[in-house]
Amino acid sequence: MHHMLHIKNGIVIDPKNGIKAEKMDIFVKEGKIVEESEIDKSQCKVIDASNKLVVAGGVDMHAHIAGSKINTGRTMRPEEMRMVRQIANKFRATVGRVLLTSPAIGYEYAKMGYTTSFEAAQPPIGALHTHEELDAIPMVDKAALPVFGNWHFVLKYVAEKDIEKLKTFIAWAIERTKGFGVKVVNPGGVEAWMYGKNCRNLDDEVPNFGITPREIITSLIKATEELNLCHSVHLHCNNLGNPGNFETTIETMKLANGFSNDKRQVLHVTHVQFNAYAGSSWRDVGSGAAEIAKYVNSVDNITIDMGAAIFGHATAMTGDAPFQFTLHKLLNARWSNKDSEIEGGAGIVPLMYLPKNPVHALQWAIGLELGLLIDSDKVVLTTDFPNGGPFTEYPYVMAMLMSKKMREKELEKVSPFVQKAANLPSIETEKSLEEVIHMTRDLPARILGLENKGHLGVGADADIAIYNLNPNEIDASNDYELINKAFRNALYTIKGGTIIVKDGQLVEEVWGTTYWVDATKNVDMKAIEDDLNEYFDLYYSIEKENYGVEEAWIKNPTRLVMG
Amino acid sequence: MAQKVICTFCGSVCDDVEFDVEEFKPKKFCKLGRSKFSKKERIKAPMIDGKEVSYEEAIQKAAEILVNAKKPLLYGWASTANEAIRLGVILTEKVRGVYDQCASVCHAPGTLAVIEEGIPGASLGAIKNRADLVIFWGSNPMEAHPRHPLRYSMSAKGLLIKGRNDRKVVVVDVRKTKTAKKADVFVQIKPGYDYPVISALRALIKGEDIDVDEVGGVSKEQLKELAEMMKNAKYGVIFYGLGVTQSRGRDRNIENAVKLIQLLNRYTRFVIWPMRGHYNVVGSGEVPAWEVGYQYAIDFSRGYPRFSPAEFSANEVLQREDCDAALVIAADPVAHFPKESVKHLKKIPVIQIDPFPNMTTLVANVVIPSAVYGLEAEGTAYRMDGIPLRVKKVIDTEYWSDEKILEELLKKVVELRGE
Repeated sequence: MHHMLHIKNGIVIDPKNGIKAEKMDIFVKEGKIVEESEIDKSQCKVIDASNKLVVAGGVDMHAHIAGSKINTGRTMRPEEMRMVRQIANKFRATVGRVLLTSPAIGYEYAKMGYTTSFEAAQPPIGALHTHEELDAIPMVDKAALPVFGNWHFVLKYVAEKDIEKLKTFIAWAIERTKGFGVKVVNPGGVEAWMYGKNCRNLDDEVPNFGITPREIITSLIKATEELNLCHSVHLHCNNLGNPGNFETTIETMKLANGFSNDKRQVLHVTHVQFNAYAGSSWRDVGSGAAEIAKYVNSVDNITIDMGAAIFGHATAMTGDAPFQFTLHKLLNARWSNKDSEIEGGAGIVPLMYLPKNPVHALQWAIGLELGLLIDSDKVVLTTDFPNGGPFTEYPYVMAMLMSKKMREKELEKVSPFVQKAANLPSIETEKSLEEVIHMTRDLPARILGLENKGHLGVGADADIAIYNLNPNEIDASNDYELINKAFRNALYTIKGGTIIVKDGQLVEEVWGTTYWVDATKNVDMKAIEDDLNEYFDLYYSIEKENYGVEEAWIKNPTRLVMG
Repeated sequence: MAQKVICTFCGSVCDDVEFDVEEFKPKKFCKLGRSKFSKKERIKAPMIDGKEVSYEEAIQKAAEILVNAKKPLLYGWASTANEAIRLGVILTEKVRGVYDQCASVCHAPGTLAVIEEGIPGASLGAIKNRADLVIFWGSNPMEAHPRHPLRYSMSAKGLLIKGRNDRKVVVVDVRKTKTAKKADVFVQIKPGYDYPVISALRALIKGEDIDVDEVGGVSKEQLKELAEMMKNAKYGVIFYGLGVTQSRGRDRNIENAVKLIQLLNRYTRFVIWPMRGHYNVVGSGEVPAWEVGYQYAIDFSRGYPRFSPAEFSANEVLQREDCDAALVIAADPVAHFPKESVKHLKKIPVIQIDPFPNMTTLVANVVIPSAVYGLEAEGTAYRMDGIPLRVKKVIDTEYWSDEKILEELLKKVVELRGE
């Protein structure tokens, strides 16, 4: 443990603060980045970062790292657990190929220089389980996004066009689940699944509620904006995984028209790769990434993340239960499903992306196309872990975005279908190092509304990664292998001012914080009290008083008060 | 005055029950839960070889046993809280022992079926809201989970189902159980014939004919009737019990049943779920799954977890004489394991952690009494459907919680190992 650090002579890239590969020193005291004058140099540890890249710790804004879904995945797939990563020593034993144990998740992020990760779909009634697993992940800061789009309270208030009650309910639910924001998965479609159906289009009616996904999404954006939450609606679109769905995605994005926010987007559309298919069937499927990119680039209130597909093993796990059933039928694979009270559902199906499979190769290409064609200030690098593949392959994606040459080499290995069905072969764009740093640090932090993350300005959390790369010498276009290698193992990862990784090896275990958002200040809970009592009495299987998570049950919580 | 508590007896984990602290009196409980929330004989104090000692002394001795053992077995866990289980898993990893839990003699075949086919399921609330067909297969909730039928399944009221008359209840069992007497349809099958009966249903639902008159004691006519009921249900559920997991076919029975459910979802909505026994047997599998990747039968002798039910289940380890010490928590293997397993338990040093004396107490060298979760200690438990509930503490006690005992034990082990 070092209370003060002096990171000397590093080459700093800090897009938020306009620092473009400048040689400078960074000072750390009590877990924060401070001015030089705050430091007592006789007392502090000096890290020589000469000719090395110094950046903020990575921020993963969308991964499935904790809760009943990934844990059912582990149970269902012991073959995933056969890969031994570490024998027990000073640190925990860790296992896992793509699916990882909780300690392995924290360790692998740390080794890669990532210091924050968000669980992207928390089943509300399972919130306590999600938090138990978050509490078992060392090294990183974390949070969880509870899922709203099929919750009967939401459907009821949307049907009644009662935005005040919807806002109150959101505030109640986020507080009860110790969640972070409003995640929406296939709105209306999962409720339809309870009757064996789906809502693939924005105007499909949700059974028994007389409303449509269009109305659910619009109302949730309105409520979230009026509550002024730090993160916008975070949406997994309808019609996921189907050829032709890029049109649904663009239609959905248009629902954000008329909403704006000074600080951030008003709609974050997640893992867009799975929602960017053109064509009308798997035979004539193609990439819709260019159209989506065109739309996203033309507006200033939408952000997305890639959901890049990585060749190799993956496990599909989403709150999109009807899609998971479709996938089960398509692949004839194992299938777990969970319908959850009156809140929605989820499903899990193992899969593998094969380079020679035309559809898989197309998915791989589309993920990259989104990263390349969309303005770097609007697209975050993710694999929707473990849906598109492991987060440990982020360095591969970074290198691919930066090098046309690398893409050409990789294209030789994949199905030729990509040549006609995708745009990737013809894309010349090469993202700069600064852009990929932006896409993995301060952009996701801004999208989440985390002011102290993703940058190295004074006052920021001292979450820092140092890589064996000299940005002033590297030619990423040609030296893509060096990029791919350097970002896998940080020279140093510093979390809250503590050196946790050195030379790619763990050196100290720390426990990050769990952020949760408290938006209860500006609503009056009385407005929904009767509804809560009625629904718990009639439709839940547990008592209202036993629902939710108390702050005291969480290892190291940080409450963010809204309003 | 009575206050709301959460029952820590069976997998139903009823959270609407009450307890009067002054009078030490349970209210609204079923008779199983009531027995646990009533005055019961307790282990008075920590003991080493029958002699009363302090908690610290008992924990010191327990730590020595674990550290000196080459391969200790740490077994039980189904009736304690997740916080204690997590420490237990970490402790097992530290001492390079074997972690196993009660499911290995109970519902583990269901876990093997999850590995083969997954599990299409639902929370109990979703079932009470939607299920118009409830099938109890080899399970008998009227006796094993007495409030389950009322709260979640048979006569529970919910969103679409307003009561018992809105749903059909079927019992498939080898004898006419108490639950069968309350069912609309009772299908009596011959013991050990679950697998072929399920296969026959799969064929009939697919629209194929079966060229026999009966399968497993069930007439073709009755099978056809059941197949039609399943296909025509809007939302059906199979709740299976030990009658399926512990009879001939075991995990293959469940696997076949899951395939039946996969098929049914091509026509309608259907789910399947196990009737888990102990109040937190789900947690005793979920916690190790996130900590080390597997639910049960986990060996750490190589410094990393390995899962192999046929090698590392408690009974396999004991009968192979492949452990040289044991820690038993919240379980009673001496009463419930086969004689050959108990024989080895008697030969090795045994540490017991439990609120109540049982047969295992008689063979234990170190006995550490603990607080009762749900009454004297607070902690997290997973209901049979995985819904987490924080069970409450309503009574002060001198007894340490399992969590505290394991926390101190883990510290002592780390200290003795010089880490």
